[in-house]
Amino acid sequence: MKTVASFKIQYTQFLDQEGKEVRPFPPEITDAQLAEYYRDMVFCRVFDKKAVALQRTGRISTYAPLIGQEAVDVGIAHAMQRDDVFLPYYRNTGTQILRGVSLVETLLYFGGDERGTAFKEACQDFPTQINLSTQTPHAVGVAMAMKLQGEPHVAVTTVGDGACSKGDFYEAMNLAGVWGAPVLFIAMNNQWAISVPYESQTAAETLAQKAIAAGIGSEQVDGNDVVAVYDGVDRALALIREGKGPYLIELKTYRLGDHTTADNASRYRPDKEVSEAWKRDPIARLRAYLSARDLWTKDQEEKLLTEMDQRIEAAVEQYLAIEAPRPAGMVEHLFAELPPDLEVQREILDGM
Amino acid sequence: MSVTLVQAVTMALARAMEQDDRVLLLGQDIGVNGGVFRATDGLLKKFGDRRVLDTPISESAIVGSSIGMAARGLCPVAEIQFMGFLYAGLDQLLSHAGRLRSRTRGRLSCPMVIRTPFGGGIRAPEHHADSLESILAHSPGIRVVIPSSPSRAYGLLLSAIQDPDPVVFMEPIRLYRGSKEPVNDDGGVLPLDTCFVLREGRDITLVTWGSCVVEVSEAADQLEEEGISAEIIDVASISRLDMDTIFGSVERTGRCVIIHEAPLTSGFGAEIAARLADEGLLSLRAPVKRVGGFDTAYPLYRLENHYLPTTHRILEACRTVLDFE
Repeated sequence: MKTVASFKIQYTQFLDQEGKEVRPFPPEITDAQLAEYYRDMVFCRVFDKKAVALQRTGRISTYAPLIGQEAVDVGIAHAMQRDDVFLPYYRNTGTQILRGVSLVETLLYFGGDERGTAFKEACQDFPTQINLSTQTPHAVGVAMAMKLQGEPHVAVTTVGDGACSKGDFYEAMNLAGVWGAPVLFIAMNNQWAISVPYESQTAAETLAQKAIAAGIGSEQVDGNDVVAVYDGVDRALALIREGKGPYLIELKTYRLGDHTTADNASRYRPDKEVSEAWKRDPIARLRAYLSARDLWTKDQEEKLLTEMDQRIEAAVEQYLAIEAPRPAGMVEHLFAELPPDLEVQREILDGM
Repeated sequence: MSVTLVQAVTMALARAMEQDDRVLLLGQDIGVNGGVFRATDGLLKKFGDRRVLDTPISESAIVGSSIGMAARGLCPVAEIQFMGFLYAGLDQLLSHAGRLRSRTRGRLSCPMVIRTPFGGGIRAPEHHADSLESILAHSPGIRVVIPSSPSRAYGLLLSAIQDPDPVVFMEPIRLYRGSKEPVNDDGGVLPLDTCFVLREGRDITLVTWGSCVVEVSEAADQLEEEGISAEIIDVASISRLDMDTIFGSVERTGRCVIIHEAPLTSGFGAEIAARLADEGLLSLRAPVKRVGGFDTAYPLYRLENHYLPTTHRILEACRTVLDFE
């Protein structure tokens, strides 16, 4: 017998859970950048808490909290270029906002108003994807179109660990491999797909190894270490831009909150596991590092929180003041031109 | 030049690719092999492998990647080898292709075509003969177009490719090589929102689409011998449906039979019959009859001629409608 193929999966971490530098940071990461990552992660958490509170008081509907995954959202957003295309799943609100989706648009969307998908900035990005892994073939198509049209950009798509069980995820990676499409797949392994834990989702030790069968490169990264997320995504994007893609990155993280505001994770998840996971909190970790190096003070923290609150409150006020959507809006964007039968229905809606 | 329906498809694809660099083809076996029905024969050689892309066997990814390409500035024309294999791509088609424009308030769109041979009658294996037009017509945001002759295949396919929204172009397998007719390769398009009146008549309106035009024409010939003048309407554009042409015809004839090979119950004929009952009731002098496939899975080929609407079944329905007082 001989071995005809074998594989190994590399894991990257720069900051351990105590905030200690376990390997030297990539040289391009400056102190100023670290402070910016920190500010953005705090922003994500503050916004997230506000969104949950708005749901609890009936001013938006079902929302998928990202608490615990701030490093993922921020690392991806900073590594991507403006002209890359982002095709997110539903728990990347932070990345979307950092790429230019406005707070008001975000609130409109979760408030059940389709006008929130118009994305005045980030206008090439795909909308929040609710049904799982279906955005991955779209990303291959976007990537192929960019390659064929000679554009040096990358399509970046994210999925959760549960979505990695779906056919579209495998089909997309396989097709991307055959075509050499410039696409980066990012699997957010937050350990839980609603109530189903990772070990009931797959017998594979890692999600990263799912790329092996598609013949594309992959690795696993500590998704609670924003430096590792930035570095992993940045290296992968550079590789893909050189024509050596596609690629899959597994970001190992933890969903500290409920699956959505309609979920109650205490029904299926032991408290002890959650309290253990809090010790790996991505924000506390970077704060510990920055504080130890005197790059972040208590004053700065307080000032930042006030600033964030003001920015978010202003957006909430603006959102709440927006007039209700017109009923006819539900048919107006279905086709480039409204067909006659739908015009009749539009008029009925307009009269409501 | 006299060509078959499948040759007309090839001509239209080549014409569209010459006219517009954004048009590209993708699908299984469409490259060197030219497609299992040869609809893309010679196009790889003519346009190269950046315009004609073979894919893995991966229907969901074929439809899904077409969505991404279309949203990013290309005009993909994807082939699904047989319509029975499109079930694996329906989530992408119905949940995404038809909705992307709406889900982004018009920011992103899907100018794409899914071509697929449909229907039975060629002794093919299981799952090779399904007709899904009513499922698709029930789904918002996509057009469904079915040609029934070489010239309509040419003109309608060119229109479908130029359309700014997703179109499913269903090619009747049984008609692929059924007959030839002259088709001018002049880039002439046909409208995607009108029926075609194949034969004018006074006494009864026969509404159909796809391969059934063959048996419907035979039935009309038979009726003519009996002194009954039947009008034949090829719906062609299932979605958007041109009811005006059908209403106009039924106003004159007062009688209507709808014929399709998909299963009868909840078939697209039901929609046409409902619209006639709703808006054309006073024109009707008899109940509307439908002739369809049986409400069962498409049978293995030894029984397919019993499943498909026969001239005999069509004539029986016509006589019931004509005899009604």
